[in-house]
Amino acid sequence: MSLLVDITRQLGSFVLDAQFEAENGVTCLLGASGCGKSFTLKCIAGIEKPDRGHIELDGVVLFDSEKHINLPPQKRQVGYLFQNYALFPNMTVRQNILCGLNRQRDRAVKEKRVAEIIRLMQLDGLENHKPAQLSGGQQQRTALARILVNEPRMLMLDEPFSALDAHLRDSLKIELRDMLQEYGREVLMVTHSREEAYNMSQRIAVMDKGKLLGMKDTKELFADPGSVPAAVLTGCKNIASARKIGLHEVEVPEWGIRLQTAQDVKDGLCAVGIRAHYFNINTQKNRFPITYVEEMEEPFEVILQFRYQDQSPDSPPVWWRLNKEKRPQQFPGELGIAPANILLLYP
Amino acid sequence: MDWYPLWNSLRIAAISCVLVFFLGIFFAYYAARLPRMIKGILDVFLTLPMVLPPTVCGYFLLMVFGVKRPLGAFLLQYGIKFVMTWYGGILAATVVAFPLMYRTARGAFESFDKTLAYSGQTLGLSNTYIFWRIRMPACRQGILAGTVLAFARALGEYGATSMLVGYTPGRTATISTTVYQLWRTDDEKGAMFWVLINLAISTVVLLTVNMLESRQKKAVKA
Repeated sequence: MSLLVDITRQLGSFVLDAQFEAENGVTCLLGASGCGKSFTLKCIAGIEKPDRGHIELDGVVLFDSEKHINLPPQKRQVGYLFQNYALFPNMTVRQNILCGLNRQRDRAVKEKRVAEIIRLMQLDGLENHKPAQLSGGQQQRTALARILVNEPRMLMLDEPFSALDAHLRDSLKIELRDMLQEYGREVLMVTHSREEAYNMSQRIAVMDKGKLLGMKDTKELFADPGSVPAAVLTGCKNIASARKIGLHEVEVPEWGIRLQTAQDVKDGLCAVGIRAHYFNINTQKNRFPITYVEEMEEPFEVILQFRYQDQSPDSPPVWWRLNKEKRPQQFPGELGIAPANILLLYP
Repeated sequence: MDWYPLWNSLRIAAISCVLVFFLGIFFAYYAARLPRMIKGILDVFLTLPMVLPPTVCGYFLLMVFGVKRPLGAFLLQYGIKFVMTWYGGILAATVVAFPLMYRTARGAFESFDKTLAYSGQTLGLSNTYIFWRIRMPACRQGILAGTVLAFARALGEYGATSMLVGYTPGRTATISTTVYQLWRTDDEKGAMFWVLINLAISTVVLLTVNMLESRQKKAVKA
């Protein structure tokens, strides 16, 4: 069971170019807003049409520009959870769910399935409410119920948490994650939030300015993003251009330092990244003199900004993030970083 | 007392209102999907009757449907004559009231949340179902307001109607042509009577529009 996507589409000066294969389980498209993530979902659903390419789901061709195949959305049977949930405002929860059962002709079966899903999605007692009367979480569950009774061959979720209050988000993440694991088929989720991507998915494809940069297992991507856009999207704060000088040594001219790396440095290296969490006062490796610039306090952590001694003046300060309790009494004169924590980034 | 003008005005307004309802919605829906260039041109053409003096609209209608014009002569063979007949008034009122419906419906359709239609499609609902059961109810208030405005405009139509069907008591007379005719012939009392009737109908119509709009605002807030 798999989803094959290979599409291009020109929109003015913006070019969408996405190629990937998603298998069972949750795959995340991670990218900044406006990078073409949602557009990719719309192409798979048949709402938008790519200029060229091929889309195939479980062996069924949904779109093929050469063979002139372009199934209408109605025939693709792809579940699409919209960012705003797109519940029909003039219908009750029950009527909304019945819309998902439009292929089923047998009234008794319809009734049974509605009752089942209402119980499963904990919507009891809300059957006759209009969407406007529901909380964000209830709206999300209604929209999912409507999609699931439709028995889609795959699920697509577009920023499923963006319409929710922050305090609701975390508990719903757990709920939705468990539900998606039970669902068992391909799930494609779009998000710009690295936390959501990390929480929810097994695999992540990074998208940057319309281009899909390849797919990795979620944990692997965070451990080794491999490219500058992926490093930025996974939350790496310190990125500077660099060049290879040895199998385990790189030079970072912007910071005026040379760093030892644990990983083998390949030819074509263009930059390095250091996550703000990974600086260490006690490490003797990659230890260089630094000067304090400024700081920003967060509820439980503090961001200390510093500059390396020979850092070029137009390069932004380096971020060091640590737990408030672990903050040293005096700002250290030198700071180290373990060679294993140097992210090697290629074009 | 001759009530014919009231009856004639009401049936002309009602029938042209129904016609304008479907025509306005049809053009508002399909014009929105056309390429920008064609849409712009069509939009100007469809809105012109709203900004042109109604007498000019009437002039154009005479140019097309006059019994000596090709189309008018052709229709006459089948016994259809829009000049000097009561149902000619329907044609005049429809043309003049159409832009009101068209523009209000277009505004309502443009503010419609497209994702509702998309999600309907991905669920397998037919486009017809989506149009009548999701799009129309969501745009209900705007479309109702447009219909009421079109009805009011059709009811008060004077210019195009007087050009096309003139004033014949008991045959083509409407409230507005009657007011003019009575005033012209120094029957001030009679003119005043029809003015008051017209005032009453217009007030009711405007109250309805306001009520619909305030309900719409409430719906948006919720």
